Amino acid sequence: MNYPFRRTCREVAALILAREDRALEFPERLAVRIHFLVCKACPRFEQEVQTMRAALNGWKNYRNNGDE
Amino acid sequence: MSDSLQLADLHGRLEALRPTLLRLAQLQLRNAAWAEDAVSETLLAALEGASRFAGQSQLKTWVVGILKHKVLDQLRQRQREVAYDTDDDGEVIDDLVFAPDGHFRTTPQTWQSPSDTLQQRQFFEVLEACMDALPGQIGRVFLMREWLELDTDAICQELRLSSTNVWTMLHRARMRLRECLQLNWFGNPAK
Repeated sequence: MNYPFRRTCREVAALILAREDRALEFPERLAVRIHFLVCKACPRFEQEVQTMRAALNGWKNYRNNGDE
Repeated sequence: MSDSLQLADLHGRLEALRPTLLRLAQLQLRNAAWAEDAVSETLLAALEGASRFAGQSQLKTWVVGILKHKVLDQLRQRQREVAYDTDDDGEVIDDLVFAPDGHFRTTPQTWQSPSDTLQQRQFFEVLEACMDALPGQIGRVFLMREWLELDTDAICQELRLSSTNVWTMLHRARMRLRECLQLNWFGNPAK
């Protein structure tokens, strides 16, 4: 059977990363949500990407504005 | 304070910022000579107005702001040299992370952010080392996005790259960064 919104982890991970630089389109958002219902690995990947985002923001603030 | 004392004080405060400025310029430009140029021009420009700033962190924010402009000037001037620097080693990071069926080879972990300040600084050192380890052009594009805070359209314009190219480089940069952090920080429980 061919599911229209079925994506592999590799494809979903790419969308999670793309979200750092652009807004996802509706079918992409839908595909991520559907994938998350059946996948344990990708939500963790998403959590790692969020930690990385927070880390980059913290680093930027530290390097741009922090007292040395 | 006399004028000469004030000037000496100003020099001192700016010199204290030099290592940070060089680090940032080098991280972005990936070329020691270009980084030196950008920092020298920044310090010269800063000397003219630095006396207006009371606190060191206030001064730093302002000087780093100048540096960002000087670094971008360097990227523009060196645009031809930068464009030919296609040093991606061809290794596709996704193939290391994902099996041919599209599943993760190793299940992602739950990452704990560093809690206290000292640990955070050590973490930032590792993060910087990981950004340093990105291949030249990928590193430049990533830092333009994350440090210069340009959007992808602006990066395409500055480096005269196609948007597909820039998306691919940002994807690889983020995948590599994640692998590097996993290997050098989060994967190591004895910190």
